Amino acid sequence: MLCNVNSFQGRGGAPLKASLMQRGKRRRMRKLDNKATARNRPQKPSKTKKIVKTVDSVLGPGKTAPNFSLNSTPDQKVSLNDFRGQPVILAFYPADWSPVCTDQLSLYAMVMPEFKKFNAELLAISVDNIWSHLAFVKDRKLNFPVLADFEPKGVVSRKYGAYKEKIGESARALFVIDDKGIIRWSHLSPDGINPGADGILSALENLSKAPVTEKS
Amino acid sequence: MSGTTTVARKRGTGKTLLEPTGKETAGKYRAPKLEIPVAPERDHIEGLVNASLTLVEYGDYQCPYCGAAYPEVKRVQKELGSELRFVFRNFPLTNIHEHAMNAAETAEAASAQGKFWPMHDFLYENQATLGDPRVALGYAKKLDLDGQKFEREIAQHVYQKRIKDDFMGGVRSGVNGTPTFYVNGVRHDEDAVAKALIEALNQNK
Repeated sequence: MLCNVNSFQGRGGAPLKASLMQRGKRRRMRKLDNKATARNRPQKPSKTKKIVKTVDSVLGPGKTAPNFSLNSTPDQKVSLNDFRGQPVILAFYPADWSPVCTDQLSLYAMVMPEFKKFNAELLAISVDNIWSHLAFVKDRKLNFPVLADFEPKGVVSRKYGAYKEKIGESARALFVIDDKGIIRWSHLSPDGINPGADGILSALENLSKAPVTEKS
Repeated sequence: MSGTTTVARKRGTGKTLLEPTGKETAGKYRAPKLEIPVAPERDHIEGLVNASLTLVEYGDYQCPYCGAAYPEVKRVQKELGSELRFVFRNFPLTNIHEHAMNAAETAEAASAQGKFWPMHDFLYENQATLGDPRVALGYAKKLDLDGQKFEREIAQHVYQKRIKDDFMGGVRSGVNGTPTFYVNGVRHDEDAVAKALIEALNQNK
C-alpha cells in the first residue's frame, strides 16, 4: 500500500492494522528465510580469515570500491568513477515498491540536504528494471540516481557482497566511499529492518574529521 | 554518534566488524538508541515527567500508519497509567505528505497556547480533514485559543525550525519511517501495536 491520502482507510481501520501486523509477520518470516539462506549458501573462501556464521559478506572498510556502470535511465549510464573526488553513498536495497509508508529511499530523499553538506552523492541500486525505477522515482519524489542492476542480474550487488542468491534480490547494504574510491564504512541490515540514515551521517562525519591514509 | 570507523576485523574472534565502534555488526544486531534525551522544557510529554517508563514517538500527522498507531498508544497509556510518560516528536515526511508540515505547525501553534495534546489528538482523530485549515482553526477556537495568534504563527512558519530540529534529531537516532517508537531509549523494531509496545516497555524497565 502506498502512503497517500487517497488510499487511507481511516484511523485504526482494520486494513491498516492488518498491514501493520503483516509487516511484523513478514519481517519475522524474512528473518527465518535469511537464516536458511545463510546455511545453504556455500561459504566464500576467505583469503586470510574465516568468517563466522555471518551473512555479512559485504565489502568492509579499507577495500577499494569496485567500479560499475549501470543505467539510471533507458539511455543514461552512471559510473562510480564519475564521482571520484567526492564521497559516495551506495544504498543497495531489495526492491522498488516496498509496501511501507516510508521506505528507506524516501527517507534518504528527505535527508539529502544533510548528505549534500558533505558534498556526498547517493546512488541507490536494486535489481528492478529501469522502467520500474523511473516510476518509483517519480512516485516517491526521489532526488538521486536509482540504478538498475538488472542485466546481468545482480552482478554489481554481487561484487559488493550484497546479493541474496536464494531470493534474487540485493541485500539492504550501505557503503560510504571516500573521495579516493575507498570504502570507509559498510553496513548490512538485518532483513526487514530499514537502517535509517544515522549510520551514513556518522560515517560521513568521520570521513571529514579524520582523513586516513590510503591503504596500499 | 561519535566513535570512529576502525576495526575491520577484531583479532582473535574471527568476527567481521563492519560498523563504527560500539555499533552492531550484522550478526549481532542492536537497535539504535535515542540520541536526543527527553527534555521536559522542550518536549511534549503526556504523563508524569519523571515516570519510570518512557515511550517516544516520531510521527507525522498525515501518515496513515501513525493514524493506525494512535489508538494503540492510547491503549498503552491506559494500561500503564502513571508508570508511563509519552513523548511526541515531529517527523513530517514532507516529500510524500503535502499537509504534514502544516499539521505539525498547527500542533505547535496550539502548544504555544498550552494545548498541544488536545490538538495532537484532534489531528490524528481527523486525519481526513488535513489540508483544510478551517477545521483545525475551528477546533482551536473551541479550545479557547487566540485564533488570530494561532493562524498568524502557522502562516509565518514560526515553529518550522523546531519541527525541522525534531526531524534531524530523529534522523540521528535512526528514525527509519513513521511512526518510529523508542521504548525506554531504544528503537522499537517490532510491531507498532499496544501489546508489543507494552511488552517492550516492561521488558527493559
